[in-house]
Amino acid sequence: MLARVVEKWLPRIVVMPLFAVSLFFVYGFIAWTTWISFTRSVVMPDYGFDGLAQYERLWSTPRWYVALGNLAVFSILFIGLCIVVGILLAILLDQRIRIEGAIRTVYLYPMALSFIVTGTAWKWILNPGLGLEHLAHQWGWTDFHFGWLVDPQMAIYTVVIAGVWQSSGYVMALFLAGLRSVDDEVLRAAAIDGAGPIRTYTSIVLPMIRPVFFSAIIVLAHLAIKSYDLVVALTGGGPGYATDVPATFMYSFAFQRSELGTAAASAVMMLVTILAIIVPYLYSELREAGR
Amino acid sequence: MTNSANAGIVRRKGLGARVGRIVLFTILGLFCVYYLMPLWVVVVTSLKSLDEIRAGSLLGLPQAPSFAAWGKAWGSACVGVRCDGLAPYVWNSFAMVIPAVALSTFLGAIAGYALTKWRFPGADTIFALMLFGAFIPFQVVLLPMARVLGILDLAGSVVGLVLVHTVYGLAFTTLFFRNFFVGVSNGIVDAAKIDGAGFFSIFFRIMLPMAPPVIVVTVIWQFTQIWNDFLFGVAFTVGDSNPVTVALNNLVATSTGVKEYNVDMAAAVIAALPTLLVYVVAGKYFVRGLAAGAVKG
Repeated sequence: MLARVVEKWLPRIVVMPLFAVSLFFVYGFIAWTTWISFTRSVVMPDYGFDGLAQYERLWSTPRWYVALGNLAVFSILFIGLCIVVGILLAILLDQRIRIEGAIRTVYLYPMALSFIVTGTAWKWILNPGLGLEHLAHQWGWTDFHFGWLVDPQMAIYTVVIAGVWQSSGYVMALFLAGLRSVDDEVLRAAAIDGAGPIRTYTSIVLPMIRPVFFSAIIVLAHLAIKSYDLVVALTGGGPGYATDVPATFMYSFAFQRSELGTAAASAVMMLVTILAIIVPYLYSELREAGR
Repeated sequence: MTNSANAGIVRRKGLGARVGRIVLFTILGLFCVYYLMPLWVVVVTSLKSLDEIRAGSLLGLPQAPSFAAWGKAWGSACVGVRCDGLAPYVWNSFAMVIPAVALSTFLGAIAGYALTKWRFPGADTIFALMLFGAFIPFQVVLLPMARVLGILDLAGSVVGLVLVHTVYGLAFTTLFFRNFFVGVSNGIVDAAKIDGAGFFSIFFRIMLPMAPPVIVVTVIWQFTQIWNDFLFGVAFTVGDSNPVTVALNNLVATSTGVKEYNVDMAAAVIAALPTLLVYVVAGKYFVRGLAAGAVKG
């Protein structure tokens, strides 16, 4: 009898601890960080309520605006370029290429690398003295100058270069899967109606795979907002804090400057931004799945 | 993906089509060069001497290839104040990644199984709430996690990192296994229940033997994610317990005298090698994980 009861409840008994872990480490921690963002905490947590003071501080910190500006520049270029390159490569690969598998392997391998490795590699390639600049000089283009990595105005674009290199192959894979899901009948009908290949793609195929654009943008936006490692490895947030993004800002305030309250406020801002993007998407995905 | 012979746009014939093919392959080839160039540069630089790096071409083959930089990166380069190369940190990464992958995969398998084959009231809500953990920016858990690790006396230890990666990998592994087990017929489970098999015996005798494809995808995904992690490593470990990504970043940033670019590049290859090998050997499964990850990002 007892064994029966235990057996009946066993699935719940097994799931509950895992669920509890997730409640504690995800929701509990979010609550803790949110609470700290409403306190005066500096080096140590101070649990007394202090209203929106930390948010006022955050939004009057020039460095925070630098971080947001960089995130905007990085996100727009990163998402835009990844999608353009991804679609182009997916369409080209969709033309019955015999060695498609091998080419796909080459396009996708950067995704297996750590952003730290990618950052280290590109830091060397873009090295103002010995990298591409040196190469261009050797090839005879002696007045070529390429110092973006150490130029406060341009350094954020080096992060875009490395980020697109790493992630565009992934976007290609997403779009290729989308293109493969389009029924051949549609393509045949378009050909019979006399639509050329460019028309077929721009006015028939791409509109049909709109959901892929949607998920690619979500995935890339998510990557962009969380991007931390790549910036650290490539520019270290510098020169100065010229390439700070919210993720490096938060880390620096939390672990280097020990301003817990402000760090928590910036983390909450990041969470809110991600929620604004992810929740509607997740909601629609789960509703689709439930149907 | 397999019926690529029937996929794609309807092709035209004739000279125009041939020119089109040439343009097509040229563009595809140029992109191959674009993606491979950094790897090429890193590898050839790691095999050159410093003199040759300064005098020679960025892209050129080494005149006198030497593994000296590799030896130094592995065994004697300075990471911060310690000059033992990357080796100790590579072992740290393995000590972190193996238990974390095993634990998160196993727990995800059980959770995915319980949530699909033993549906109880609220199972979907529980899954949705757990899945959410895969989307949060980890900055929002860094501060409380640092305190909890401190309280558990795990601050700055590899064991602490195993805990962190297991906890935050769970959302993902549960997702993978749930999606797989949802597709398994309930009839098999029901029949086993009638035969008197219980929760665990069905799991170990019936479900797990069916699951190798999803296990491989999950293990590869988790291995790549955890090996490549930097944020948790840098936030929760110090010096000797750093994983290899953190050590690589410190090695590159450590400047004692002359900057040894060849050693930096060799170190980058060492840090990248395990995940690259996995990708080369089991790329198919890695791509499947990426596709599943599109739901998550």
